[in-house]
Amino acid sequence: MAGLHKSDFKNPVVNWIDTRLPVFTMMQKEYGVFPTPKNFNYFWNFGALAMVNLMIMIATGIFLAMNYTPHVTMAFDSVERIMRDVNYGWMLRYAHANGASMFFIVTYIHIFRGLYYGSYKAPRELLWMLGVVILLLMMATAFMGYVLPWGQMSYWGATVITNLFSAIPVVGDSIVTWLWGGFSVDNPTLNRFFSLHYLLPFVLVGVIFLHIAALHITGSNNPLGIDVKSEQDTLPFHPYYTIKDSVGICVYLIVFAVLVFFAPNFFSAPDNYIQANPLVTPAEIVPEWYFLPFYAILRSVPNKLGGVSMMFGAIAVLFVLPWLDTSPVRSAKFRPIYRILFWVLVVAVIALGMVGAHRPEGAWVTIGRLATLYYFLHFLVILPVLGKLERPLPLPESISRPVIGGGPLPAGATAKPMEKV
Amino acid sequence: MRILRFAAVAALVGAFALPAMAADEVIELPHQKWSFDGVFGTYDRAAAQRGFQVYKEVCSACHSMKEGYYRDLKGIGLDEKQIAAIAASVTIPIIGDDGQPAERPGLPADHFHSPFPNDNAARAANNGALPPDLSVMEKARVGGPDYIYALLTGFADPPAGFKMSDGMYYNKVFPGHQIKMPKPLSDGQVTYADGTPASTEQMAHDVATFLTYVANPEMEQRKRLGVKAILFLVLLTGVTYAVKRKVWANVHH
Repeated sequence: MAGLHKSDFKNPVVNWIDTRLPVFTMMQKEYGVFPTPKNFNYFWNFGALAMVNLMIMIATGIFLAMNYTPHVTMAFDSVERIMRDVNYGWMLRYAHANGASMFFIVTYIHIFRGLYYGSYKAPRELLWMLGVVILLLMMATAFMGYVLPWGQMSYWGATVITNLFSAIPVVGDSIVTWLWGGFSVDNPTLNRFFSLHYLLPFVLVGVIFLHIAALHITGSNNPLGIDVKSEQDTLPFHPYYTIKDSVGICVYLIVFAVLVFFAPNFFSAPDNYIQANPLVTPAEIVPEWYFLPFYAILRSVPNKLGGVSMMFGAIAVLFVLPWLDTSPVRSAKFRPIYRILFWVLVVAVIALGMVGAHRPEGAWVTIGRLATLYYFLHFLVILPVLGKLERPLPLPESISRPVIGGGPLPAGATAKPMEKV
Repeated sequence: MRILRFAAVAALVGAFALPAMAADEVIELPHQKWSFDGVFGTYDRAAAQRGFQVYKEVCSACHSMKEGYYRDLKGIGLDEKQIAAIAASVTIPIIGDDGQPAERPGLPADHFHSPFPNDNAARAANNGALPPDLSVMEKARVGGPDYIYALLTGFADPPAGFKMSDGMYYNKVFPGHQIKMPKPLSDGQVTYADGTPASTEQMAHDVATFLTYVANPEMEQRKRLGVKAILFLVLLTGVTYAVKRKVWANVHH
C-alpha cells in the first residue's frame, strides 16, 4: 500500500526527501546502526576494499574509454597516446592496469577468508553463490580488458582463451567463430570486447548490490563463526566499522600507490608492449597472474575437453560448496583438521599458480597434477567426509563471552555499559 | 623469462652442433648502473642527450620511434630552439592544397620521423628483417635497459662450431644468438659534442638511457608524485589508525 514514510530526520530538506524516498532511513539502517559482530579481525576489511577497488576501476575506466580507440590498427597507438598526451593519462592507465591486479588480490583474500571462517554455510549459501558469480564476472571483465591494448599477449591470450570453447563437442567451432565475429581474433572481436568490457562492470555492480543485500539479511559471519546472540555481541556499523574499514583502505591505497608510481609494469608481460601481430606467435603465451591457477588446472589434463571441463569445474565446485561441506561448525578455529587442510588448499592453489607460469615440463607437470588432484579432492571428497568424522572443539557460548567453561556470569555483569551503542 | 626460454630452445636446436652447450643455458643480463634507478632516480640529461645523438646518427637510419614526439626532447634538457631545428631537419610528406603529394619541414609537434614509409619498404631495405619500433623497446623486453645495453655490446664472433645462417650476426644475448641487425656501434662511431669518448659501451649506455626516457617520458613526474602520495597516505593511515583506536577504546573483547 502506498504511503509516505515517517521520517525522523530533523533537517527539513533531508526530512522532505526521506518522507518521499526513504534513502536516508535506509542508509541509517544499513550503514549507520546496522548491528555488526564486534569481533571482526582485519580480514573483514576485504569486502570494503573490493568495493573501493571497483569504484576506482570504473572511474579510471570511464576516462580511459574517452581516449581509447577500439580498432586493430589504432588501439595500440591510442594507448600510447593516453600514456604520453592525455593529462595524467599515464596515471589513469597504470591505476587501471594495476587496479585489476589489486582487485584480484583483495578478492582472493576475501574468498579465502570466507573459506577459513565458513562464511558460505547456512544461512549464507546464496550470499556465497552470488560471490562466485561476481568472481566469474570479474574474470570475464579482466580478460576482455587485457585484450584492449592490443599487444602481443592481448591478441594471443584472446586467441588461446576463446579457442577453449572449441573443445565443446559438435558446436565448439561454430561457437568460437560466433565469439570472434569472424574466423580469427580481429577487429570485430576487439570491438565487442570493448563494448562488453564497458558493460560487465555495471552488471557487476548489480550483482554486488544483491551480494550486499543478502549480507544485510543474514548479517555478517565473524571469526568465531557462531551466531549473534544478543545486542552485546554487536556494534553499530558506524562508527566502529566505518573507521576500521578506513584503516584498511589507507593501507590498501599505500600498496596500490607503490605499484602505480614505482613499479607500474610489475604485473605485466613485456610482450604486451609489442603491437599485436597475427603472424608472430610469442615464445610463451602466459595469461595474467590471476588466471594462472586455473590455467595450470587446464593444462594438467592431457585432453582439451577434459582440461576445459576441469577448469570450469574448479569454479563450479565453489558454487555447491555450501552443500559439500557437511560440518555444522563454521570457523576453522574450532575445526582442528579442517584448519590444517585449509592451508594445504592454500599451498595447492599457490603451487598451481606457479605451475601455470612455467612451461609444462618435467616436475611442473607432476606438481600441477598433484595440486589439481588435491584441489578437487579437498572440495569433493574431504569436505563431505570430514564434516562427519571431525571432532570440533567446544564452541564459545557467545561472541561477547568467547572464553569457555567459565560458568555463567553473575546477573548484571553482561549488562554493564560496554560500548557506546 | 622469454629470453631464457628462447635460449633453452636455441640451445636444444644447437645441441647437435655444439654438444658442450647446456640445455638450460641462462643468459646473464648484468645490471648496469642507471641514473633513473630507484625511488628518486632521474634521467641523466647529458647521457640522454648523447643517447639521442646516437639514436639520430645510427639507430634512426633503420628504426622508427613513432610514438614519441620531437617536443619530448624538452624532457632531456634541449631548449625549444634546438628542438625546432632538429624537427625542421626532416621532411614530412603531406597532401598539398592542390591535392598533390608535397612536403613540409618537421615541427616539434610531429612524431619522430620513421626511416621507411611502411613495413614492406623496411623489410625490403633490411634483408627481409623488420627493424622493430623503438618507442617502448625498454618496456617490451625483459631486463629493459640492461637488455638494450647487453644487446648492443653483445656482438661477437660465434663460438667455434656454432652454425650461423646466411645474413645473420652472432649476439650473446639475442634469443637464439642470431640476429639480422649488423653490429650497429663501434668505438668512435659518433663524435660527442661534449667530448665524451665514444666507446661502444658508452654509446650503448647512453642510448639505453635515451630509449628508457622515450618509453617512460612521465617517469620523473610519476616518481615525484608517488613520493608525495605515499607520504600523504602514510600520514593519513597514522591519523586514521589513531581515530580507530579512540573509537574502539571502550569496546571490550
